[in-house]
Amino acid sequence: MMEKMIFGRYVPADSIIHKMDPRSKLMIIFLFVCIIFLANNWVTYALIGIYTFLMLGMSRIPVRFLYGGLKPVLWLVLFTLVLQLFFTKEGAILFEWGPVKIYEGGVRMGIFISLRFFFLILMTSLLTLTTTPIEITDGLETLLHPLKKIRFPVHEMALMMSISLRFIPTLMQETDKIMKAQIARGVEFASGPFKERIKAVIPLLIPLFVSSFKRAEELAIAMEARGYRGGEGRTKYRQLSWRMADSLQLVVLVVLTILLFLLRS
Amino acid sequence: MKESIVSLKGVSFQYDTQERYALNNVTFDIYDGEWLAIVGHNGSGKSTMAKLLIGLQFPQAGEITVCGMPLNEESIWDIRTKLGMVFQNPDNQFVGTTVQDDVAFGLENNGIPRDEMVQRVEDSLRKVKMDKFLYQEPHHLSGGQKQRVAIAGVLALRPSIIILDEATSMLDPRGREEVLETVRLLKEEKSLTVISITHDLEEAAKADRIIVMNKGEVFREGTPEEIFSMDEQLIQLGLDIPFSVKMSKAFRQKGIDFSKHYLSEEELVTELWTSRFSI
Repeated sequence: MMEKMIFGRYVPADSIIHKMDPRSKLMIIFLFVCIIFLANNWVTYALIGIYTFLMLGMSRIPVRFLYGGLKPVLWLVLFTLVLQLFFTKEGAILFEWGPVKIYEGGVRMGIFISLRFFFLILMTSLLTLTTTPIEITDGLETLLHPLKKIRFPVHEMALMMSISLRFIPTLMQETDKIMKAQIARGVEFASGPFKERIKAVIPLLIPLFVSSFKRAEELAIAMEARGYRGGEGRTKYRQLSWRMADSLQLVVLVVLTILLFLLRS
Repeated sequence: MKESIVSLKGVSFQYDTQERYALNNVTFDIYDGEWLAIVGHNGSGKSTMAKLLIGLQFPQAGEITVCGMPLNEESIWDIRTKLGMVFQNPDNQFVGTTVQDDVAFGLENNGIPRDEMVQRVEDSLRKVKMDKFLYQEPHHLSGGQKQRVAIAGVLALRPSIIILDEATSMLDPRGREEVLETVRLLKEEKSLTVISITHDLEEAAKADRIIVMNKGEVFREGTPEEIFSMDEQLIQLGLDIPFSVKMSKAFRQKGIDFSKHYLSEEELVTELWTSRFSI
């Protein structure tokens, strides 16, 4: 289940977005998150909408995967919509029923803010759907490289991330094994009252912790034996390649930003 | 006499938490191009030996020389490029997210330029017949395949010596055969020195020379035939002798004249096939 949550996110496909450099994707998402707050009328929201759907179209990700990313936050979007509907008191009254008054401004704000949410979620899931976790790690490592000057351990963070990614499936398998072993000893994981089920997790977690520490120690020894001594003087095998398409995508986003500035009211 | 590539002189080592010496005044040489098996049961000091050879621990007394360099804190990083080690647990030595990343890990550490890295990764994976799995993730590989990737990772650094620290003990028989066969071919091709630390005497039987460790000391040193001829003593040391040796011993007890110890099953079968005896 967890594995689906973390790895099932990436959907391999042969698209322009998939082939983009993770650095440019990260930059685009970051910029997008900022400029979405520039939109404040129908024209600007329409522009952002068109941009989002164009990006989605180019990624060739089937709609059901996008829906999967949206589902958990859908209630949040609805909640803000309702909140805005009832509590914004601007413009003409559209509907009145006893103490409940719905204003034109409330409907507008409600729709705008839910749209903002909607586009943000779509764009950020686009990143995780088209980029493998290790690519994101590499992208972050190079983008954050300047932070080394203020002694931020960029290389170590990236290595930690990639080792965690590498060990997630291994620990999943191990959890599964321990679970089966404990079930064979009579532990019930799936049934019983909530309190009992929480208690049942303990005989699962403790062996998992113990073996993880053992793994960590052995891994550290193996890494040292293979000549690992920190980030200094290290070369990189994985290489990111910045293409024309990456620059173009950034240009498009900058143009969008300028348009938003011009058209917002 | 062949040239010594690793030499230990009066090496003693004691863990902080233990009173007994894990290694006590150990002296021996490892010769260039040989396959040496170091055997012993748990606690005989054979794993400590591996840790000392790769400089994860330093001896309290005595001296270790690897490829002419005395092993100490300064020379350790140079020595680690000459001496590759394959560990016991296939999972816990796999650092990269994919096969190619893992092989590249050691190269990255040593600052090899990328173009050369790509070449070396490919070459060494081809040598261990794992070049079809370049983009594979570790959890999709069998134990034997992971160990072969580990060997490729060692090989990419072009070492002179490979240490197998119980490298086959967590594998199934097929995986074990796979790994040992790979090492055997590589040893011939690259004239490597192989040190295999093991408690599996079947594996040790194929070595050129065996060192038997007991209680932190070298108990006996010799060719597999010499070692297996002291079968009773081996059993007393907690080592299980290979089936073919046991079998020929049983025949001898029955009064059938078997002239020598049969180290491999093929030899034994040939002897049974060609000799004429009746029980």
